[in-house]
Amino acid sequence: MILDKTSIYSQGIRHIVLSLVLFFVSSQSLFSRVLRVEKNKGETISTAIARAESGDTLIIPSGNYAEPTIVVDKSLYIKGENFPVLDGQDKNEILETKANYVTITGLKFINAGRSDINDMAAIKIFNGHHVEIRSNIIEHAYFSIYLQGCTNCFIYNNFIHGVKASEMMSGNGIHCWHSDSLRIFQNNISSQRDGIYFEFVTNSLILGNFSHNNERYGLHFMFSNSDTYTSNIFQENGAGVAVMYTKNLTMLYNKFLLNWGDAAYGLLLKDISDSKIEGNTFQENTEAVHIEGSTRMEFRNNLFLSNGWAAQVQASCMDIVVTHNCFVGNSFDISTNGDLVLTKFDGNYWDKYEGYDLDRNGIGDVPYRPVGLYSVIIQKIPSALMLFRSPMTNLLDKAEKVIPGMTPVDLIDNRPLMKSMSSRYD
Amino acid sequence: MGKISKYVILDLIRNRIVLSYLVVLLAISFSLFNLDSNPVKGILGLLNISLLIVPLVSIIFGTIYYYNSAEFIELLLTMPIKRKQIIISVYAGLAVALSVAVLLGMGIPILIYSPNATGLTLLIVSIALTWVFVSIAMLASVLTRDKAKGIGVVILLWLYFGLIYDGLLLLILFTFSDYPMEKSMVALSALNPIDLGRIYILLQLDISAIMGYTGAIYRDFLGSSIGMVFAFAMLFVWIIIPLLLCIRRFNRKDI
Repeated sequence: MILDKTSIYSQGIRHIVLSLVLFFVSSQSLFSRVLRVEKNKGETISTAIARAESGDTLIIPSGNYAEPTIVVDKSLYIKGENFPVLDGQDKNEILETKANYVTITGLKFINAGRSDINDMAAIKIFNGHHVEIRSNIIEHAYFSIYLQGCTNCFIYNNFIHGVKASEMMSGNGIHCWHSDSLRIFQNNISSQRDGIYFEFVTNSLILGNFSHNNERYGLHFMFSNSDTYTSNIFQENGAGVAVMYTKNLTMLYNKFLLNWGDAAYGLLLKDISDSKIEGNTFQENTEAVHIEGSTRMEFRNNLFLSNGWAAQVQASCMDIVVTHNCFVGNSFDISTNGDLVLTKFDGNYWDKYEGYDLDRNGIGDVPYRPVGLYSVIIQKIPSALMLFRSPMTNLLDKAEKVIPGMTPVDLIDNRPLMKSMSSRYD
Repeated sequence: MGKISKYVILDLIRNRIVLSYLVVLLAISFSLFNLDSNPVKGILGLLNISLLIVPLVSIIFGTIYYYNSAEFIELLLTMPIKRKQIIISVYAGLAVALSVAVLLGMGIPILIYSPNATGLTLLIVSIALTWVFVSIAMLASVLTRDKAKGIGVVILLWLYFGLIYDGLLLLILFTFSDYPMEKSMVALSALNPIDLGRIYILLQLDISAIMGYTGAIYRDFLGSSIGMVFAFAMLFVWIIIPLLLCIRRFNRKDI
């Protein structure tokens, strides 16, 4: 084929012109300004925002700023120098964003107001998209970060420490309501009511957060479909983590640690369907997992270590598959509240398994029944816990193993593993 | 008194039973810890040893020793020594010798494999149970003159404390399951030294489960310092009362 030289040249020129035009159009930032809050001239952040235009960068020098609620109604990049302190003086909300493409970073928010009528927050985001809250410190707030009707927002690397008060007196760390496609990464949240709270939030990713010592739940979410939780740590929360009324949930590689108490769960699952819980670690919880009213779920490759009860699977559950998990050092492995068992246990490692493996294929030749007689008794008469590990009850347990009578017949692992595949504990 | 105890201890060491008890304990403990890489499982095995074997050996060996040294005790009675002193010395000698066996036989493996609060509690409970059951053995053997009958009685007592009592408790629990039984369970458990010891170890071993609402009363009461003192005081009572009864009976006994 013979190439027409002129057509090549003209095409090249067109490309250059086009890309130049694109460059100027797209890089509006070339013309946007960098403003500073002139604190020494008595300027407040609000007035600085008033003189800024969309696309500007606003730098807040370090110092103390106590002013009425700051409303960000333009697409601004707001950056603090050495964590300037924005003080809510215990009476008002500190900052609200009502625009899209807002970034807020490097600020310290303290003493946001508390109200029983409004959910007052340190940072409130209304109906925005592409709002980024990055690397801020929030202390002593009622609600800390509050998102409402947002899409594509990014909450990253914030340090949130609330007021440790009663459940009624404190708000949530990161509160998300009716939002979509959020990313909540690597925040450190403590002493709030709920660390992370989701209601009607879809298609979001929660990754690498550390939610600990909260008054109620480390993570609390309801009606939030198709969300993924990965590599978070939930530790020593009043009642652990609660997940309710949700479809298509994915929880991977999270850690649920030390949730102790009368009503504390490592993970409470209520009315969940079509979900996957994989590779998580549950350690030293009173009740590691409590499942009720759930269908079509898969538990795979989780580690249950030194819990009071590893899993409480209520008879209201259906089509739950528990496979390749590792149960080590739990006081009770599985407990249930009825004879009906529609949960399938298959190929798990149970440290209490006493069977043998003659053909050496790594799978025990005798099935394992994870529910002992004694855990059935405790379910019926809680005060019988006092007789736990008594030689008498050990004897009863052994007798029941030989001739099952009281324990649910279908709750059985037909292929218990001889060796744990998990190297995550030692 | 010290002299008689010393003689009893030397005698016990010479008769090799205490020594073999020590060796057996050592062997069992080491093999339990070596069965599984997880030391908690070893502790669980040892828990059964400490709740069943330790009381059994203490009570039976205590009884047999008393009967076998009846002539020695008679000889001592001809000396200008108070009866009370003789019986306490024999008791102390027996209890110390058996405790040393437990201390070494279980203590060394625990020290190697599981040197933590749980292991320490287990060891303390085992030693306390040794003292309690030697005390019960002394009472039983002073009360019955016939050796065979005495041994039968102590085996029954061991069965009662080790197994039957818990079965009875379970029966009571089932019968009165509609009533709040938690507080009465704590009271009832104090009536059995083996239960007291077991609950102590549970508070260490199954703390996650006990933190649940079912265990709240045990945690709140026995987990608190008052509860700790109470439980140890109860164990002490279990040592003292049989011993006092034994002394009283021995003082009046026509030998």
